Amino acid sequence: MDMNWITIGDISDIPLRGARCVRTPQGKIAVFRTAENEVFAIEDHCPHKGGPLSQGIVHGTAVTCPLHNWVISLETGKALGADEGAVRTIPVRNDGGALFIALESLMIAAE
Amino acid sequence: MAQSTSEKLVIIGNGMAPGRMLEELFEKAPGRYEVTIFNAEPRVNYDRIMLSPVLSGEKEYADIVIHDDAWYAANGVTLHKGAKVAQIDRTACTVTSENGITASYDKLVIATGSSPFIIPVPGHQLPGVLAYRDLDDVEKMLTGSRGGGRAIVIGAGLLGLEAAYGLKRQGMEVTVIHLMPTIMERQLDPAAAYLLEKALTERGIEIVTKANTKRILGETKVEGIELEDGRIIEGSMVVMAVGIRPASGLAKEAGIAVNRGIVVDDGMMTSDAAVYALGECAEHRGTCYGLVAPLYESARVLADRLAGGDAEYHGSVTNTKLKVTGINLFSAGDFADGEGREEIVLRDATAGVYKRLVLRENRIIGAVLYGETSDGSWFFDLMKRGADITAMRETLIFGQAYQGGSPLDPTAAVAALPDDAEICGCNGVCKGKIVATITGKGLTSLDEVRAHTKASASCGSCTGLVEQVMSLTLGEAYNPAAVQPMCNCTELGHDDVRRLIKAKGLKTIPAVMQELEWKTSCGCAKCRPALNYYLVCDWPDEYADDYQSRFINERVHANIQKDGTYSVVPRMWGGVTNSGELRAIADVVDKFEIPMVKVTGGQRIDLLGIEKEDLPAVWADLGKAGFVSGQAYAKGLRTVKTCVGSDWCRFGTQDSTGLGIRIEKFMWGSWTPAKLKMAVSGCPRNCAEATCKDIGVICVDSGFEIHFAGAAGLDIKGTEVLGLVRTEDEALEHIVALTQMYREQARYLERIYKWAKRVGLEEIRRQIMDDAGRRKAFFDRFVFSQKFAQVDPWSERVSGKDKHEFRPMATVGFSQAAE
Ligand code: SRM
Ligand SMILES: Cc1cc2nc3c(=O)[nH]c(=O)nc-3n(C[C@H](O)[C@H](O)[C@H](O)COP(=O)(O)OP(=O)(O)OC[C@H]3O[C@@H](n4cnc5c(N)ncnc54)[C@H](O)[C@@H]3O)c2cc1C
Ligand code: SF4
Ligand code: FES
Repeated sequence: MDMNWITIGDISDIPLRGARCVRTPQGKIAVFRTAENEVFAIEDHCPHKGGPLSQGIVHGTAVTCPLHNWVISLETGKALGADEGAVRTIPVRNDGGALFIALESLMIAAE
Repeated sequence: MAQSTSEKLVIIGNGMAPGRMLEELFEKAPGRYEVTIFNAEPRVNYDRIMLSPVLSGEKEYADIVIHDDAWYAANGVTLHKGAKVAQIDRTACTVTSENGITASYDKLVIATGSSPFIIPVPGHQLPGVLAYRDLDDVEKMLTGSRGGGRAIVIGAGLLGLEAAYGLKRQGMEVTVIHLMPTIMERQLDPAAAYLLEKALTERGIEIVTKANTKRILGETKVEGIELEDGRIIEGSMVVMAVGIRPASGLAKEAGIAVNRGIVVDDGMMTSDAAVYALGECAEHRGTCYGLVAPLYESARVLADRLAGGDAEYHGSVTNTKLKVTGINLFSAGDFADGEGREEIVLRDATAGVYKRLVLRENRIIGAVLYGETSDGSWFFDLMKRGADITAMRETLIFGQAYQGGSPLDPTAAVAALPDDAEICGCNGVCKGKIVATITGKGLTSLDEVRAHTKASASCGSCTGLVEQVMSLTLGEAYNPAAVQPMCNCTELGHDDVRRLIKAKGLKTIPAVMQELEWKTSCGCAKCRPALNYYLVCDWPDEYADDYQSRFINERVHANIQKDGTYSVVPRMWGGVTNSGELRAIADVVDKFEIPMVKVTGGQRIDLLGIEKEDLPAVWADLGKAGFVSGQAYAKGLRTVKTCVGSDWCRFGTQDSTGLGIRIEKFMWGSWTPAKLKMAVSGCPRNCAEATCKDIGVICVDSGFEIHFAGAAGLDIKGTEVLGLVRTEDEALEHIVALTQMYREQARYLERIYKWAKRVGLEEIRRQIMDDAGRRKAFFDRFVFSQKFAQVDPWSERVSGKDKHEFRPMATVGFSQAAE
């Protein structure tokens, strides 16, 4: 599928062990930065009841949803532990600090 | 011409990478090229990584020269020293230096290295602002250090810390300013960074993290710097070590493909087949390397290519060591944790050792070692080879020396200890004494052993060992008290953690995790908020609140709702309001189209359904009307409900409204283990429902009856009476002291009634009602901590704090869509 790399800002815009969100025509995307400077992007929409994952506590490469404490893997988008469900992960590129996310070009054209 | 058969090889830059490349080339294809080198630096090739020992005085320039003049002569190399190339002409195949030397090439190697990045803050051009890249920089630093005074190093990465150490050795005072919360964050995880920071601090280097430089001060030379937060640090030298940029400008001007660095293929060739790039200026498969080992690997490939071979470079795995005498630190690979990855952590708090291996599919993919790094190269080798470590999984972390032997059983290790081996370092108790006391006195519990031997009775870090001695001595009969660990990151319960934080003077989350031997590197959503509270409570003046360890509500100072919007509850002191306040609320509701306004069960008004991005603007308007945050989201003081009391009510005995407001104004902003709700009723009819609150007051003719430990949520329970006091002042003092006792002793998320049940009502009455000295001390500690806590979080954010929190990072796609 065609990927469009879209610039979203610099890694320093996101606090360590924190997240920011990016608005897209298809909804919000949460972009996370772990304690160890890794960057991940997933849909900002918990598989449980749609909680905004960007508002959760980040630990390791997981985030705990602020609404009912599901723990979601940032790498796979899957709920960890006993819970079942997944959110879409979005490819991120970190180019010496400059961050890009890949949106399917379809998605932009569709709007 | 004698040399007309040989091809002409021109090299721009005479650093470590081309130096190594030439050595290989001369070996592989002697005489094939006539080599000309242009070097901007007026000297031969030296070992740049040894500049730090030169700065610290541990070595001299002569010790670090790699190729002396004789080497160039022997290999027939023409070296133009102090000749910076200004232009490459790819049509004519020539390069020309600033000082007018032109040379033509058949093959060209660009090896211009990197340039240090200078932050363009005001004052960055003042004399005394230095970079750290070459020998000239070192000489300037050495000259500057002779005047003494303070050096300010900006950037706590490898270079910055080595510069700081060197300057300290040269007798300067040194302060390192770092933007991030932990130092060397690219190479170290927070645990190792904590140990390093501690070791450097012990060496007299002051480290200021989370600090952003605003400007450099001084008229004609550096006099200090000013940070974003207004702090001023005086100093006579500023060293900027905030990063490097590949020096790719020359190539770019010549029309060669440049991304961040000069783009090369697996044969180190640029977009021009006659031109190669090597060293820090090159970008291979998207990576620019800043360490010599990978550069040397690619140098070997380039030498082979120039000699007619077809070697390929496939990128490198790198590792870092810090060259500060007495500090052992090693990091390699990818040490972030994550799913599908496992980590093995070994912490030895006494020896200051931290080791962490990150595994994926039974292979090492990353390693951080601090304190004990002798196995670094072994781990690195296993990692580069992608060796399957399944067979040695259990003992891997103990290093190479342990492999081959039988797996370690901790009890066996304790059994093997001699009787005179010291178990408890604080109290000097050896194994023989513990065993003898257990058998002699028939002890069966840890507390008894603590009481009789003093082992593990101080700092507690030997508790695990003592327990092993007990199970060794008592066998099956020993049944360790089931302490509920805080979470899966530790074996310790909340009480032990709280005690050890105080006993060991631990003042940061990484410090707690290291010293208490946490099993994970960065904790989890359970322990981090708890530790953050304990540290806020214990070190109100020194601890820097860890924002990312707070639940979202406490981070944005509003309550998250099921749809991701927020609710805002301003303080309405004692439940009293007036027309001005109500008008301001009404205006805010209209202006921001707030969908729901509700009177809460806590006697105030809740504005529900506000978009996160609107929060600062809503607070700004509320703030103008005098409102502060009601902290309806906080594990902290919530409401103090009141009834109308003696001012209006025909039964009122005291001014319950006034006392409620006074308490709320005195105590707002304080953080507590769980939420804290209070109420003051003017008479025993109790219209403010004071007898089901965490702390309540029932006013009576003779004074104030203080109640506590009620519950009306998940559990329902009437309050207990703490005691009767005569005056409002006394009531306040007792309530505050009780709160402080609760703050210092309870476990995170434990409401007062649960805590009281655990420690005993009598004990609480004794400390608060009967022991005036204790009460006063609790009171004073609360008052002290309020100095730091009583800051309105809303107005702070209206004036810009945590701005990023309230704005999306980017908005993408919409404009494209519109087109
Ligand atoms: C707004 C309010 C209901 C109302 O519309 O009146 C309310 C709303 C919430 N309460 Fe409450 N409680 C409110 C008064 C109470 C009261 C009555 C009181 O304070 O007099 C109680 C019983 C007393 C008590 O605290 O135990 C109460 C017992 C709870 C509990 C149970 C606590 C417990 O330990 O048993 C929770 C859950 C918790 O904290 O874990 C809770 C949690 C909540 C939360 C924070 C749920 C959540 O985590 O999101 C609700 C937040 C909604 C919001 O965004 O505002 N709320 N809640 C009241 C706000 C009072 C205020 O002005 O600050
Ligand atoms: C203080 C310090 C400590 C370090 N410690 C370590 C360490 O412990 N471990 C590690 O692996 N690495 C370390 N490094 C990094 C390491 O030194 C570099 O990665 C390595 O030297 C890069 O080699 P290079 O040949 O690419 O560039 P350089 O060695 O930087 O050489 C580039 C040369 O090109 C010259 N030049 C630039 N432009 C031109 C031009 N237009 N014309 C002519 N000449 C030009 C420059 O003057 C310079 O002499 C350290 C670096 C420094 C500064
Ligand atoms: S009782 Fe409290 S927690 Fe439950 S729904 Fe009502 S406001 Fe929410
Ligand atoms: S919505 Fe995320 S846990 Fe319920």
